[in-house]
Amino acid sequence: MADTQRKRGGWSWWYLLFVLQCALVLWPPFYNRAEPAFYGIPFFYWYQLLAVLIAAVLTAAVYFATED
Amino acid sequence: MQGVNWVALTVFVVLFGFITWLGFAAANWRKGDLDQLHEWGLGGRRFGTMVTWFLIGGDLYTAYTFIAVPALAFGAGAVAFFAVPYTILIYPVLFLVFPRLWNVCNKRGYITASDFVRGRFGNRWLALAIAMTGLVATMPYIALQLVGIQVVIGAMGVGGTSGFVADLPLIIAFVILAAFTYSSGLRAPASIAIVKDVLIYITAFAAVIVVPLQLGGFAKIFSAVPAQKLLLAVPGPTTTGAYGAYATLAIGSALALFLYPHSLTGILSASSGHAIKRNAAILPGYSFMLGLLALIGFFAIAAGVGALPQFAAGFKEFGNNFAVPALFLHVFPSWFVGVAFAAIGIGALVPAAIMSIAAANLYTRNIHREFINKNPTDKEEAQMAKWVSLIVKLGALIFILFVPTQYAIQLQLLGGIWIIQTLPAVMLGVYTRWFNDWALLVGWAVGTVAGTTMAVVMNLTPTYPLAVGGFTFPGYTAFYTLVLNLVLVVVLTPVFNAMGSRRTPADETVAADYFA
Repeated sequence: MADTQRKRGGWSWWYLLFVLQCALVLWPPFYNRAEPAFYGIPFFYWYQLLAVLIAAVLTAAVYFATED
Repeated sequence: MQGVNWVALTVFVVLFGFITWLGFAAANWRKGDLDQLHEWGLGGRRFGTMVTWFLIGGDLYTAYTFIAVPALAFGAGAVAFFAVPYTILIYPVLFLVFPRLWNVCNKRGYITASDFVRGRFGNRWLALAIAMTGLVATMPYIALQLVGIQVVIGAMGVGGTSGFVADLPLIIAFVILAAFTYSSGLRAPASIAIVKDVLIYITAFAAVIVVPLQLGGFAKIFSAVPAQKLLLAVPGPTTTGAYGAYATLAIGSALALFLYPHSLTGILSASSGHAIKRNAAILPGYSFMLGLLALIGFFAIAAGVGALPQFAAGFKEFGNNFAVPALFLHVFPSWFVGVAFAAIGIGALVPAAIMSIAAANLYTRNIHREFINKNPTDKEEAQMAKWVSLIVKLGALIFILFVPTQYAIQLQLLGGIWIIQTLPAVMLGVYTRWFNDWALLVGWAVGTVAGTTMAVVMNLTPTYPLAVGGFTFPGYTAFYTLVLNLVLVVVLTPVFNAMGSRRTPADETVAADYFA
């Protein structure tokens, strides 16, 4: 019992995926441009919407990797 | 404004009637003794993953979001898209911090953040500061939800002229809201949130599919957006310009979100810490929608609704907040306008109900019980909360009826700056008891005063141009003042600990409380 508690509360390297997903969107110079456009949507917009989907996948990965 | 849109109004009223019935019927849902505060104010902590999903979603994506984010895109352009990084940042926070907070609150019977801080740091004045901040930050937020209802009611051609008759629809909506919250507690918004989400999803997807088709594709829409609105302005050599503002707005808003009492109420009503973690994994589904909603602001630009004579009166009365309703009126058939407006109207009632319950919980537990009547019976406590929820909503209504909307928006901006100052005690407190309680209080006070001053100096706009040497770093005031707050707490903790001859107040929580 005490062991599983410690395991659940502790640090997991999987959390680094959270850092990755934050890094994707916290540096605006990287995506503040219009080209390449996607179906007429400027890069700035479709990139960030794509980042949402990537973040959702990464969060789910962390969830499954850290739950028992 | 033009005449009444009867088809839209009928659909709107029918849907409103349905959720009114649902709100009252919810009292019997997963039945509990509503004379106990945790039953009335937290739904008995019995909501599973799905209901929690709707409830937290109801907190996050309010009517005001639905109106204001596209309005910002309509008026200011690319900067409105900071809402997307913001929603990406909130889920790691939810994932890492809040299952632990849920566990300790469940084990110790806490129902507010202030309860937790009182137990963790043993300082009633710190707990009072947390409770007051929550109350003051929530009130203008409730008022803004009523603005959302006001805009769609106005857009259907009801009211328009000033005076009591014009305000009547809003007053009716308010009475409905107040009555079902009083009688059903948190169960009412939880059940209505499901209807609300279905409607909002239908509306958002309809808008994103139908409007680009009508306007001739995304390429055409974006080419109608003026160049200076399409992207963030590239900063000059001695400033971080729009980039820094964009990133700090996202970070600050994300950190503030779950500190709001209504967010916490949604979180604490979950049936387990596990349900919250699962939600952090599945809630990003909502974020995508928020991005789509922001695009609707550009649709409104492309559709040229700002220049159409039939919408001139609406824009005059509600400003850019009228962009979304105008677009819907312009492109949707009347019956679907009714659906979309009902989505916005109901999208206002859900968070407004949760907010008023959260405020009621705070007052009842952390002010009344702590400072006025120390030993209420369960029934007295629950009754007090029900009354407070009414008073809080009445305050919001009076505010909206008699004070210019702009004040509510500005107060809500200040609310974000205030609520983030509770982060060290609440979010970091979940992980560590290292901080000195008085250091936390000083950090909170200085952060609050500095943030308010900076916002006032900037004429109540969200960003402050921090000047260091020859460089300027424009950024979200809430973010800067949180850093100031944290630095103070870290520096003052050892100082106060060394000065204090009095022993540190006891931490009534134990390490095991934070785990399932």
